[in-house]
Amino acid sequence: MKAGPSNSDAIKERFETLKRDALQRFGEIKGAEVPRITIGMATCGIAAGAVETKAAFEKAIAQHNIDARVEATGCIGHCYAEPLVVIENPGFPPICYNNVTPGKARALVSSFLVDGDPLFEYVLGALEENDMIPSVRDFPRFSMEERIVTALSGRIDPEKIENYIAEGGYEALAKALALTPQEIVQEVQISGLRGRGGAGFATGRKWEFGLKAQGESKTVICNADEGDPGAYMDRTILESNPHQLLEGMAICAYAVGAEKGIVYVRAEYPLAVKMIRIAIEQAEAKGVLGSGILGTDFSFSVSVFQGSGAFVCGEETALIQSIEGKRGMPQHRPPFPALQGLWGLPTIINNVKTLSTIPAIIKKGGEWHKQMGSPKSPGSAIFSVVGKVVHPGLVEIPTGTTLRTLVFDICGGTPHRKAFKAVQIGGPSGGCLPEAFLDTPVDFDSLIEAGAMMGSGGMVVMDENSCMVDVARYFLDFTQKESCGKCTFCRIGTRQLLNILERITKGEGREGDIELLTTLCEEIKEGSLCGLGKTAPNPVLTSLKYFRDEYEAHIKEKRCPAGMCRALTAFYIDLDRCARGCDACVGSCPVEAIFTTRDRKKAIDQTKCVKCGECVAACPPQYTAVKRVSPPHLAPRIERPQEPQE
Amino acid sequence: MDAARPNENDDNVTPLKVLAATLAPFDVKRENLIPILQTIQEKEGYLSPEAMKMVAKHLGVTASEVYGVASFYNQFRFHPPGKHQIKVCLGTACHVVGGEIILENFERKLGIKHGETTPDREFSVDRVACVGCCALAPVAIVDETTHGHMAPSKVEGILLGFQIEKERKEREKEQRESGSQQ
Repeated sequence: MKAGPSNSDAIKERFETLKRDALQRFGEIKGAEVPRITIGMATCGIAAGAVETKAAFEKAIAQHNIDARVEATGCIGHCYAEPLVVIENPGFPPICYNNVTPGKARALVSSFLVDGDPLFEYVLGALEENDMIPSVRDFPRFSMEERIVTALSGRIDPEKIENYIAEGGYEALAKALALTPQEIVQEVQISGLRGRGGAGFATGRKWEFGLKAQGESKTVICNADEGDPGAYMDRTILESNPHQLLEGMAICAYAVGAEKGIVYVRAEYPLAVKMIRIAIEQAEAKGVLGSGILGTDFSFSVSVFQGSGAFVCGEETALIQSIEGKRGMPQHRPPFPALQGLWGLPTIINNVKTLSTIPAIIKKGGEWHKQMGSPKSPGSAIFSVVGKVVHPGLVEIPTGTTLRTLVFDICGGTPHRKAFKAVQIGGPSGGCLPEAFLDTPVDFDSLIEAGAMMGSGGMVVMDENSCMVDVARYFLDFTQKESCGKCTFCRIGTRQLLNILERITKGEGREGDIELLTTLCEEIKEGSLCGLGKTAPNPVLTSLKYFRDEYEAHIKEKRCPAGMCRALTAFYIDLDRCARGCDACVGSCPVEAIFTTRDRKKAIDQTKCVKCGECVAACPPQYTAVKRVSPPHLAPRIERPQEPQE
Repeated sequence: MDAARPNENDDNVTPLKVLAATLAPFDVKRENLIPILQTIQEKEGYLSPEAMKMVAKHLGVTASEVYGVASFYNQFRFHPPGKHQIKVCLGTACHVVGGEIILENFERKLGIKHGETTPDREFSVDRVACVGCCALAPVAIVDETTHGHMAPSKVEGILLGFQIEKERKEREKEQRESGSQQ
């Protein structure tokens, strides 16, 4: 049977059968009057101890000899609350619990499942409106998000395709197969979707190139080579809802006429690799992937390629080189991969988020997507908001939301009443924006205008204790290591930039360094071929522009205003605050730099101190005697007594 | 497969037979180079010069070409890893809360630098760029376990844990041996 409008009824019928099966399987599970416990088991959940929590639930259920099911799901994006558990107990709304330790798990089983007391002190909120328990929707972290890509993440079992189909999955694929490829490309063009990988190229246009390209065979590649240190949304999507991505890939393949698909995922993400492999296998078994999809003549097979960890391979021509078994070095464009890509054949490369948005666009129409967010880059944007913020995690918001709303309203602002200093957007290619830019709407053009960029969506919030020079040095250290070495300006230029920044953070900055940095930055931008080199100086340029005073303090006064640069700071113990006979800090010091003074108080041997800050944490809050100063010579010198005191 | 290893303790003898068996299922195609290297590293823990030479021969490319590709990517290592692999995350979120301090503590306690293995082959320390658990920063991965909210005292705790475990095993071994002698 031929795919297209002529067979739309047959395709629809085929899909309906599939959906009925799935609903039946899931209806049985959901209809059963048995409590259901769902635990977030993506990488972050496991790191926070979800495995132990799950084991505790299972053991407690067995001990109480009750009938309950314990299931794993993906990540909901609320990393601050991990391990996150949802309990659906018949007679109660589904309730979400945060930071569930094994102890809490045992308590929940005996109190909630056995005695019917939902333990209000542990509740984060109910997932549905009800009169018993406040809903999570009262919480801005939930209510202000608008989820397209991550709508089902953390709500379905990523290892069960039926669960995705029961929630409306693969419906868009069935709809797409009843359209002509031209109609799909047009719909995507109407939607105004721009590539979510960072550069923001119009997806519809890319697909149009792909559709028109001539070649023996075409390939669709999903770029999941997420290398930005501080961004992990692609991994979360792969781990929590891999089918949505596969559906988007299949629609793309049908639209451009491709038969082969490759998911290029980092080998450092073992769980994501496992999940996508399972998903491919299941989708092929169900006939929504592989040969003769949904009974039509359209075939599309997907394989997984594990990237070996090179940041530059996120660039599409470098990614192709890497699949071909070579060093991942970017190539000149044109020819664009859409015309001559993998093995010289037409290749469409889209990011995970872009492809995962496609099913919703096909289902609800391009116009619906265009209405959402800001007019020039419509849709939603996913950010991983981390750093000095109260509620870190993944946030999906409509584009055009201001940074202030994102950082302060949704993520709760900076903790410990520290002053907000800057937000770093876009990872190593982005820039640091100060408070004055908090009202910038987040979309491709506004951020570039401000000097940052969307990039992969990594967002690091920094407070008064973060040193901007050190952050610039950190990113340069990263890009310098990741430069592939093809362009001289990028290879040697970033090295020189790093050398200068290292000198400055060590207190060896010289007059004229700032000017030298500026010139070098401009030259690297000019002289580099790919995005890595062109954007590598951004962290330096923006921090120089908005935080020049910090650079000057480092160079002229040898002082780090934030007290971060270790060479420019020193710890000392305020003898007026130190409690006589207290030993709290002594054991915490990893290098035994703390000694007892003649009057049985403590002092730090500056020659031994490695400035790790452990003693600050160890000093009891009623004393807070350990102080940090910059420049280091401000710390009072206290001699170690000759004879050890008893 | 372990039976093919002539001498477990002698690391200079590369189990070449095992390698040949590993290579066999891969077609002689340039695009298989990275998957082959990944498979070898998964089995051996690292890429030895002998292994890379065999891969070059298998694919009909020069050894320098293989090394050139392998050394380009962060995933590949050229020294045998320790029994316990420690990876310290130095992603952005970990950096702003002192990931480097955690790395330094491991380095100091073990007396090695990152990328190295202790002389007794017990531990190796590596720095990695973002493992994606930013909300738990600073993070370190020891073997398969991810430790969040690291602190220098936790570094000591982890290493002490291994020490105690090792001593316990030795004690048990001694007891077993003395038991069997009686």
